[in-house]
Amino acid sequence: MSVSVRVPTQLRTLTGGAGEVPADGATVGEVLQGLDAAHPGFAERLFDEEGQLRRFVNVFLADEDVRFLQGLATPVADGQTVSIVPAVAGG
Amino acid sequence: MDHVTGLRCRECGRPFPAEALHVCDYCFGPLEVAYDYERIAAVVSRARIAEGPRTIWRYRDLLPVADAAPVDLGAGFTPLVRADRLAAELGLGELWIKDDTANPTGSFKDRVVSVALTKARELGFKVAACASTGNLANSVAAHAARAGMASVVLIPEDLERAKVTMTAVYGGTVVAVRGTYDDVNRLCAELSSEQPSWAFVNVNVRTYYAEGSKTLAFEVAEQLGWQAPDHVVVPVASGSQLVKVAKGFEELAKVGLLDEPPAVRVSGAQAAGCAPVATAFAEGADAIRPVRPSTIAKSLSIGNPADGWYALETVRRSGGALAAVTDDEIVEGIRLLARTEGIFAETAGGVTIATLAKLAAEGVVRSDERVVALVTGHGLKTVEALAGAVRPTATIAPTLEAFEAAIETDGGGPGR
Repeated sequence: MSVSVRVPTQLRTLTGGAGEVPADGATVGEVLQGLDAAHPGFAERLFDEEGQLRRFVNVFLADEDVRFLQGLATPVADGQTVSIVPAVAGG
Repeated sequence: MDHVTGLRCRECGRPFPAEALHVCDYCFGPLEVAYDYERIAAVVSRARIAEGPRTIWRYRDLLPVADAAPVDLGAGFTPLVRADRLAAELGLGELWIKDDTANPTGSFKDRVVSVALTKARELGFKVAACASTGNLANSVAAHAARAGMASVVLIPEDLERAKVTMTAVYGGTVVAVRGTYDDVNRLCAELSSEQPSWAFVNVNVRTYYAEGSKTLAFEVAEQLGWQAPDHVVVPVASGSQLVKVAKGFEELAKVGLLDEPPAVRVSGAQAAGCAPVATAFAEGADAIRPVRPSTIAKSLSIGNPADGWYALETVRRSGGALAAVTDDEIVEGIRLLARTEGIFAETAGGVTIATLAKLAAEGVVRSDERVVALVTGHGLKTVEALAGAVRPTATIAPTLEAFEAAIETDGGGPGR
């Protein structure tokens, strides 16, 4: 599946400044790993030592928090958008 | 001048300059303002504070801004009211209400916004923006007008009518979003990457904004004669206010304004319809599971709280507790506070009072403690919550007979 990933300011040094980049994968986790293959450094920033999303990283598929779906195992469909959003906001 | 040395990641400790940054570039942890406490201790004193304005700006030595003329509508230094009748109803001893309904736009948000917009202006921003459950929207729109800044405020479309009116009247841009607050917040977080020239008070200038809540602790201590309370009860939405209240008491000791390091128990109040932090507390969990909010306490309807983890940690470390109350209990809490102390709170205040009642009944909040409950917003903002619950005692023709038929007056009448 080919999806589009929206990248927050904090990670745009890894994408040459681009705020939206294409990536491939069958699940949200695979998409994020695919992002790391194309733009080395993503995995280290997004995942902790156990391979889980860091506490302050939120990931959305089609604007829905993946924690309300199947987390990193959530399947993605062609053309969907995955957003990486820092959790520290609001309130 | 201020006493800020920079920003630091709360998770990994990496240092950052004191700019419009809120998240660590590396681990996404929240950034905290770092101060030179020795320098603050050298200049600050109880006398210097007493000579200051009767606003949050009397504590400017402990706030992260340099501007001598802050963006100010008069936020802070709200009444701390001894609540003996409420205490008697709840079986408590010394109970105080911090009445933040008395702020310029009717909620504690004026504290954080006054700090945020002062800093935003210092950093050169011309536009103030936010995602809001209502109270913040009111405050950002008003303070932006005061500062001559443009404002862009995003709210969930189902907010209480008063909160929408109290935002739109100031003439800024108000965008109602079809979704929950968490949807609005996610949109704003993404928007802040696309609009870096806007100061989103609770996104890119959140580091400074959040510091404004410390003034609640500063005022409580000063109003108690420079003593810390034993226990504070704080409503929890994002969790930021609770964390900063605890930090405020610690800082007072650090800079010598309190004689001893305080041991304040901090307890948190949530609505049962949106209780991700209270649920984690009850389950002994370390992770906060996001929820989809469903409660009349819209100002606390954050299902994915940014500081939930830190709020949980603060409560546990202090020996406090978290509890959640139903919508019926919230309405009863609003009425109880109004009936016993003459203070009309919005739904979040009902959450605080109902949670206080619950924790008192469970023996968590004790009668031998000096207790302060934070009532953070005015009841006029959420009158819908009381629809059907309060009404005139009678509706009558303008005659003595009709009055006497409707109202019991024998033996002195209702007040006997």
